[in-house]
Amino acid sequence: MEVKREKIPADFRIRQLQARDMLRGDLEGEDLDRYVEERVLTTTVDKAVGWAQGNSIYPLTFGLACCAMEQIHIVAARMDIARFGFEAFRASPRQADLIILSGRVSIKMAPVIRRIWDQMLEPKWAISMGACCSSMGVFNNYALVPSDKFLPIDVHVPGCPPRPEALMHGILRLRDLIQGHAREGWRARYDAVGTEELLPGDAELGSPAINVFKPGDTAGA
Amino acid sequence: MSTGQQTPTEQSLSEEYRRRESSITLSAEPAGEGESHELLTLNIGPHHPSTHGVLRLLATLEGEVVRDIKPIVGYVHTGIEKTAEDKAYWKVIPVVERMDYLSYYFNAMAYCGAVESLLGVEVPTRAQYLRVIHMELNRIASHLVWLGTSALDLGAISMFWYTFRDRELVLDLFEMSSGQRMHTRYFQVGGVFEDIPRGFEQKLRAFLKLMPTRADQYADLFEKNQIVIERLRNTGVVDRETLLKLGVTGPLLRAAGEPWDLRKAHPYSSYDQFEFKIPVGTVGDNYDRYRVRHAEFYESVKIIEQALDGLPEGPFITTARKVALPPRHELATSMEALIHHFKLVTEGFRVPPGEAYYPIESPRGELACFVRSDGSAKPARVHMRDPSFVNLQALEPMVRDGYIADLIATLAMLDPILGGIDR
Amino acid sequence: MPDATELELTAQELRDAHTESILDTSFHRDRATLIANPQLIREVLGHLERKGYTMLASLHGVDYYPEEPRLGVLYEMLDMKRVDRISVKARVSIDDPHIPSVVDMFPTADFPEREVYDMFGVVFDGHPDLRRILMPEDYEGYPQRRDFPVGGEPVLFTYNEEQSYGKYQ
Repeated sequence: MEVKREKIPADFRIRQLQARDMLRGDLEGEDLDRYVEERVLTTTVDKAVGWAQGNSIYPLTFGLACCAMEQIHIVAARMDIARFGFEAFRASPRQADLIILSGRVSIKMAPVIRRIWDQMLEPKWAISMGACCSSMGVFNNYALVPSDKFLPIDVHVPGCPPRPEALMHGILRLRDLIQGHAREGWRARYDAVGTEELLPGDAELGSPAINVFKPGDTAGA
Repeated sequence: MSTGQQTPTEQSLSEEYRRRESSITLSAEPAGEGESHELLTLNIGPHHPSTHGVLRLLATLEGEVVRDIKPIVGYVHTGIEKTAEDKAYWKVIPVVERMDYLSYYFNAMAYCGAVESLLGVEVPTRAQYLRVIHMELNRIASHLVWLGTSALDLGAISMFWYTFRDRELVLDLFEMSSGQRMHTRYFQVGGVFEDIPRGFEQKLRAFLKLMPTRADQYADLFEKNQIVIERLRNTGVVDRETLLKLGVTGPLLRAAGEPWDLRKAHPYSSYDQFEFKIPVGTVGDNYDRYRVRHAEFYESVKIIEQALDGLPEGPFITTARKVALPPRHELATSMEALIHHFKLVTEGFRVPPGEAYYPIESPRGELACFVRSDGSAKPARVHMRDPSFVNLQALEPMVRDGYIADLIATLAMLDPILGGIDR
Repeated sequence: MPDATELELTAQELRDAHTESILDTSFHRDRATLIANPQLIREVLGHLERKGYTMLASLHGVDYYPEEPRLGVLYEMLDMKRVDRISVKARVSIDDPHIPSVVDMFPTADFPEREVYDMFGVVFDGHPDLRRILMPEDYEGYPQRRDFPVGGEPVLFTYNEEQSYGKYQ
């Protein structure tokens, strides 16, 4: 019987050689990382799960102040958030996975928001909408708390109030983050790498800022 | 398991159960008579599904009946009044606009009116008419949000989509005249920031032709609905004298039968030039409050039409150079204009010492601004008398001895805006 | 607004009815102000209410920082039949900031008096429930006083910056 052998395609050959090196223990460094990444099943499942999660975010009905009006407009007919599948705003934090802090966070409200955040189940994300909760906004005074102080925020949306399109852009960036292909920052796009203020070494030295939220912090939850 | 004989312990247990069961009286006595029933304090917390902002209500319930209610506010307190003391007079305008975040033009009008009365500047007629146009558009927009979110609370979700579709049209108009949808910083001390662009009038007229039809559609959709009538008629009734004692103003007072509207009683900014009526209710229940606000749509459209037809030529901001920025083309030719511009931008204008209290009619009631100046370029005290803050005190008599579902409907019809309450 | 002469007549009536109740009058840019003795404020407001000013439109506080007595409480009265407004000002010193409450005469004063207490520290004797309304219950300090700092903090963007430095901007 004649066994038809086709010419082995190049990438198949490369994979053969990689497998041979792996078995010999010769594969290391970046090649090894890539080898594992391409093969181990959990990564592919991670990607699939990320794709699914990103396309079905359930935001929490949470409006604080003026930004909440623009958040309502994003649900309304012109800037329809249902196009992307995010129209199921849940009232209970147990059922939601995205909290959009829309509006100014006062010191009386901050523990309440923290409690709501703790009630949300993993995985959960937070968007800080508007200037007031991202960075004190118009009112830098005794009564407000920047949301970074008590919540790990994933996306900050600037504006006062941000247009519904701007909030939509922020939510879509969050979706990209969830799905695992976060968009590059402006520094990469505009070839401005090297203009950062925080040098790589400074992060390890410890920041002079207090109440910094590191991943894994529960901070009295 | 044998079905006949029961063990002695089981027998006594079942007897015990039967004895206890027979002692529960299922009589139909109304709550309050007979034995005292337990009161349950329910916290309708700052985060709740209705869209009225972060209002916390401690409701003491007896069954489904509300016996007492205590509103707890302060969850969006921003220290606006303190921040305003730290800024020059014209920089306070964006700060103060964000107080009652649905009626931003009204906040700015109250503040600018107070400062103008302290300064003694005269606002040109064209600016007054432009202010009236924008304020009435803002009134329509605010009532659209109220209607949409109240219907959402009652369960009539379709109204929400329609009202927000129309609010987008109003926000497009605002964006055309000032560049921003909300918090536009359009009103300045002495007039408005900029004249309306070409095309604004056509777009506004198209909107004005459309709006009464839309309001009719809302009425058709909402008013004759049996559920709406059952939920809103005769719920939350408070008589006129109690409301007057509680200091309630605005559509709530008008729904109870008192024809008090500052636009008619004490006209400001040339409201006396326009012919419009004030809708007044009779019973003072939730249905009347809905009807009063709904009728204000038509009246606002009338006012805007008259203002647009009679819009006079002239400057759009006062010509007093010590108060308002000179037009930019003058900066190239006139030295005084340059000096005035520099002084106004760096330090701001100084206001002679005094106190002023300027009340206007906002969509929720009497909105007033108290400004005290001590002669410098920064105000010494800015206080906004917010209508929602005072109207919230009327919530307690409205919902006492009513069902908790009526509490939700009454809260919707009360139209509280927490930004104004908490400032 | 009542004009200057009417204001003086009102002040004279009040002085006749209760001595030492009106300390001064002021009429500036169409705004009539009676400066009243804080301890007799209930009599003054009651008299004005009988005269026709039935609605208390606003109750708010002012801190006149360098001038003593420092804290002022303003009552804006409104006569709805004649559409007239008159203001009553009562100044208390910061060492003894007590003033009788007018909640039983004007139920609308409930929340505003709590706000003046919260922001300035003026204690209203006789108020049924004088607690902080805008600030948290256990807050210390009276924010709206002129010597209270505006506050604020430097902007922190520490979470994302430290963890994922340079990757997502």
